[in-house]
Amino acid sequence: MNRMKLNNTITNIIFIIVSYAAVSLIVTSGILSRQMTSLIIPIGVNIILAVSLNLLTGFLGELTLGHAGFMSLGAYTGALITVNTELPEMIGLPLALIAGGVVAAIFGLVIGVPVLRLKGDYLAIVTLGFGEIIKSVLTAMEFTGGAQGLSGIPKYTTYKNFTIVFIFVVITILLIKNLVYSRHGRAICSIRDNYIASEAVGIKISKYKIMAFVISAFFAGIAGVFNAHNIGILKPDNFDYNKSIEILVIVVLGGMGNIKGSVIAAVVLTLLPELLRDADNFRMLFYAIVLIAMMLFNNSGLRERMTSWIKSKKQVKTATGGE
Amino acid sequence: MSLITNIFEQLINGLRTGSIYALIALGYTMVYGIAKMINFAHGDIIMVGAYSLYVFIGLLELPVIAAIILSVIVCAVLGMTIEKIAYKPLRKAPPLAVLITAIGMSYFLQSAALLLFKATPIPFGNVINVPSLRLGGITISGITIVILVVTTLAMIVLTLFINKTKAGSAMRAVSEDKDAAELMGINVNRTISLTFAIGSGLAAVAGILYICQYPALIPTLGALPGIKAFVAAVLGGIGSVPGAMLGGIILGIIESISKAYISTKLSDAIVFSVLVLVLLVRPSGLLGKKKTEKV
Repeated sequence: MNRMKLNNTITNIIFIIVSYAAVSLIVTSGILSRQMTSLIIPIGVNIILAVSLNLLTGFLGELTLGHAGFMSLGAYTGALITVNTELPEMIGLPLALIAGGVVAAIFGLVIGVPVLRLKGDYLAIVTLGFGEIIKSVLTAMEFTGGAQGLSGIPKYTTYKNFTIVFIFVVITILLIKNLVYSRHGRAICSIRDNYIASEAVGIKISKYKIMAFVISAFFAGIAGVFNAHNIGILKPDNFDYNKSIEILVIVVLGGMGNIKGSVIAAVVLTLLPELLRDADNFRMLFYAIVLIAMMLFNNSGLRERMTSWIKSKKQVKTATGGE
Repeated sequence: MSLITNIFEQLINGLRTGSIYALIALGYTMVYGIAKMINFAHGDIIMVGAYSLYVFIGLLELPVIAAIILSVIVCAVLGMTIEKIAYKPLRKAPPLAVLITAIGMSYFLQSAALLLFKATPIPFGNVINVPSLRLGGITISGITIVILVVTTLAMIVLTLFINKTKAGSAMRAVSEDKDAAELMGINVNRTISLTFAIGSGLAAVAGILYICQYPALIPTLGALPGIKAFVAAVLGGIGSVPGAMLGGIILGIIESISKAYISTKLSDAIVFSVLVLVLLVRPSGLLGKKKTEKV
């Protein structure tokens, strides 16, 4: 058992090193065009967002539509710190990251506590409402630059210094993965599967729900900080309902409750629009169809029928092959 | 202008927006009562209604009455089709799956409209011309009168339909207990289709009234009123028809008062805070029934 764990850790470390090497090779060698190379940060941001949303949607089983709101809180907090203080990058960026994550996490707590009584549809709509509230408050405030947005943010995390983003992507994945496979993670999954039963065996539902909310919001905030220091300008409209849906599409396409899937889907869905630049108008339509098709395929019995159909085909093949 | 007349005008504004919300909220509430799901695409049916009116009048140059009737029919058929394709196969699926499908549907309608009609707003003149009315110091615009009359009529007809007709009883029976209703010989599928058709038809009416108020067409025009109408439905108690009407009107008045006296930018935030407060204090809404969960 221990040996297997050790082996696993070693493969993980090797995988991380190899992927880091691959990424740095791509960035430094300039094989790809500058546009493609600069996508490395949005990919990292989307991975963090998708993995953290997956904790809520996939493992806790609650649909939240306010993930972009948490992201915007982190982005604005981090940006306000680096814009208004004259700290050097070495201190300013970590401070911005921590502050952005913590502020988002505090709001995750603030939102998590009242929504404890709700689930399903109501929770989705309340988180959507919270996202809209955050957006309209950001628009109404003076110090956030209002609807014009906040500009002049130092570009600390462009593709040239992707290392810190890479580190945080790894931290996010490892932390959420370990959380999910821990005792707490099993408690979170049990709430998804049957919350009455899990309450009956003594799992504190409120505690775990809040925990999931806070952790998820924290990482969304971090992703926001990276996003702010990559683009250099923030507008409240960038963090609307559509952004939340975009993250949800990544989670759904990758498979709810599947971290590896979220990572792959984040990479694919960030690269795809860039590759299909001419068909940009069809991107939203594609997202919509992905959402509907995935749900219909997984939940309407189509999947069972298909697998049994494939199986019967295989059986026919082996039967004829045996002749 | 004195403060009293000003407040009165704001109340009338609120009543006008509120009755549109109420019309939309009726669709949410009816569908929730019967299918136990939130039809996220409902807001976008408003948009479809508005665009089809534009197509029928602006492009095909049909007479106004015919165009309105055709738009309502288009939306009713669309609502039924959406139910058949996307929601019916998922009746036994977990609620999360249905919810995501509904969001996907809403997104689908929006992006289809974006592809067909492009993102630039299409200016669309007011199709209903009624002279405005002066009562003392207050002017009530013609469009307000039309909106109030149409919504009142729609609500009366709907209430009569649900309470007095056979199809209405079937709807109430299905929302009470689907299996028992089926055993009593009610065609559940047809009743659900009918509910979607009526809800979407009302949404079309709301869409037509909405673009008379704000005469510019954009693909996302239904999203915000849709969400607000959902807030109204929750406020009134989701599943309750009189609740949806009451919730819509209260929400409209809250919105117009906060727009006029607090802040235009924050009015949306205030509306959503109302939702959060209602759900915290009384999750079943003003007129809704309390439900206890059984194992």
